[in-house]
Amino acid sequence: MTAAAFLPSADAAPAYAPPKTTKGRVEVRGFGLTYDTADGATDAVSSVDLTVEPGEFVSIIGPSGCGKSTLLNALAGFLKPTRGIVTVDGEPITGPSADRGMIFQQYSLFPWKTVRENVEFGLKMKGMGRAERSRAARTLLGLAGLTPFENHYPDRLSGGMKQRVGIVRALATGPRILLLDEPFGALDAQTRLIMQQILTNMWQRLKISVLFVTHDLDEAIFLSDRIYVMTARPGEIKAEITVPLPRPRLPAMTMSSEFLALRRGLMSLIREESLKAMGGELSADGLQGLAINLEGQDVFRAL
Amino acid sequence: MQTAALPSSRETPPPAARVTAAPAPATTTPRPAPLLRMVRRHRGEIRAVLVGALSVAAFVLAWHLLTTYRVNLYVRFMNVPSPADVLESARTAFATSTFFQHVAISCRRILYGFLLAAAIAVPLGLMMGRFKLLSEIVFPVTEVLRPIPAIAWVPMAIMLWPTNEQSIVFITFLGSFFPILLNTLHGMATVDPVLVRAARCLGATEAATFREVYLPATLPQIFTGLTVGMGVAWVSLIAAEMISGQFGIGYFTWEAYSLVQYSDIALGMLAIGVLGLASSWAIRLVGRLLMPWSAR
Repeated sequence: MTAAAFLPSADAAPAYAPPKTTKGRVEVRGFGLTYDTADGATDAVSSVDLTVEPGEFVSIIGPSGCGKSTLLNALAGFLKPTRGIVTVDGEPITGPSADRGMIFQQYSLFPWKTVRENVEFGLKMKGMGRAERSRAARTLLGLAGLTPFENHYPDRLSGGMKQRVGIVRALATGPRILLLDEPFGALDAQTRLIMQQILTNMWQRLKISVLFVTHDLDEAIFLSDRIYVMTARPGEIKAEITVPLPRPRLPAMTMSSEFLALRRGLMSLIREESLKAMGGELSADGLQGLAINLEGQDVFRAL
Repeated sequence: MQTAALPSSRETPPPAARVTAAPAPATTTPRPAPLLRMVRRHRGEIRAVLVGALSVAAFVLAWHLLTTYRVNLYVRFMNVPSPADVLESARTAFATSTFFQHVAISCRRILYGFLLAAAIAVPLGLMMGRFKLLSEIVFPVTEVLRPIPAIAWVPMAIMLWPTNEQSIVFITFLGSFFPILLNTLHGMATVDPVLVRAARCLGATEAATFREVYLPATLPQIFTGLTVGMGVAWVSLIAAEMISGQFGIGYFTWEAYSLVQYSDIALGMLAIGVLGLASSWAIRLVGRLLMPWSAR
């Protein structure tokens, strides 16, 4: 369960062994978050219960604005829940910590640090010496196949590469949980698929608890052990779905009948909520652009 | 016969032939000499330098012509010294150490005033950007003081400080203080919050976030402020020296006017120009050394 173990040649890297992480159980009970706005208090998230077992890959999926990122930010320690409790291994979250690594949708590498210095950052914050952390970062970058870029500044990297470095950086401190907030949302479709593959492979070796927020159904099914579907704002858990696909996940599985059946089920759940999120009153006719009854005339004549 | 002779008599081959022929000489001829390759690679920069030199030469030529022919078209060039006059007075000035003493004293004042301003304005701006209350306390005062030009501070500065030297440094300080402060503040306001959150998630404390994120993220803006501040520092310094100085390049220029040594006026002005240019160039150099990630 060391961060260094996520790629095959871990035995070739005795230089680096982050602290053993044996747990990583996330529990959210009765979580609610209320914003104060000009029109009074608004519920972003009303009441959420969820659990991530140690070493489990869990996704949260829901329409935009349902509060899934809010939930993740509360887990990271940036927001305090208005109601309910959020605990990791039984301890309530009081603030951000290197225990919970986070990957953002926006590229968040420090532009003034090279790739290696970015990866070193968490270790530096832990007080690790210069030589030691440099060695550790080199090892991790080597395992992730990023060695040729260790001295590059981030603005010379592609989007996918930036996110790969971001993931390595988050894993370097040996966190118990990885929180990902639509990490591949800004990438093109092809890069996205490759990044999903990389992430699932990493996770498979690492067995770290992952909470992954996305609005992409395929992504959620492909990566997860379980998926929570959230309702439109104020967000609640609408359904919890177990993904029975075998591991390791392979790209070909996205064409299997099992995958497609899951996708169909999720689609109908999400669709309802997305319509609600778009204003609620959209009827079936409105969706087809036929909400006005023209009494048999065609549009041209009616105008 | 005629039709066959026609294409061969053409000097340039038809387009299709030219396309296929083009790569062939490139592979057979040896690579161009290193010097030639360097010239090609830096073509843009070389052109900029040449055009710049030409432009300066044209300026000097115009100056020469306007002064030798004593052009008098509403603007009077009668008493304006010619480039040759200035060169002559430069030669005499450079022969003694007095001129260089003036320059050295001005540089020292700039250095003290500017460094003091940077040393106060940058940390203050960073703290104001981080702590809203501090900003709310300091900002109104700076907003009132900021529009007052440094030259208007001269009488007050003379009253405030025991020596002339100190009051001139104080005015230089004031000139550069506000641009540096405002740019630092602006830089702090534009720090990407995601980077701050990323740092916190990696275990950075408040102090570490300040040092590792806020400061480097604000550096480009700080250097913009320093460059602007350096320019205003020179403006303020020269004004102060002209009014209350006994030494310095501003005093030299003003004294030349009083003593009707017109070519020394131009010499003083040129010296100020060169010094200002050199100091802003020095700041850019330091900026490039401190911010290798933005070097292009």
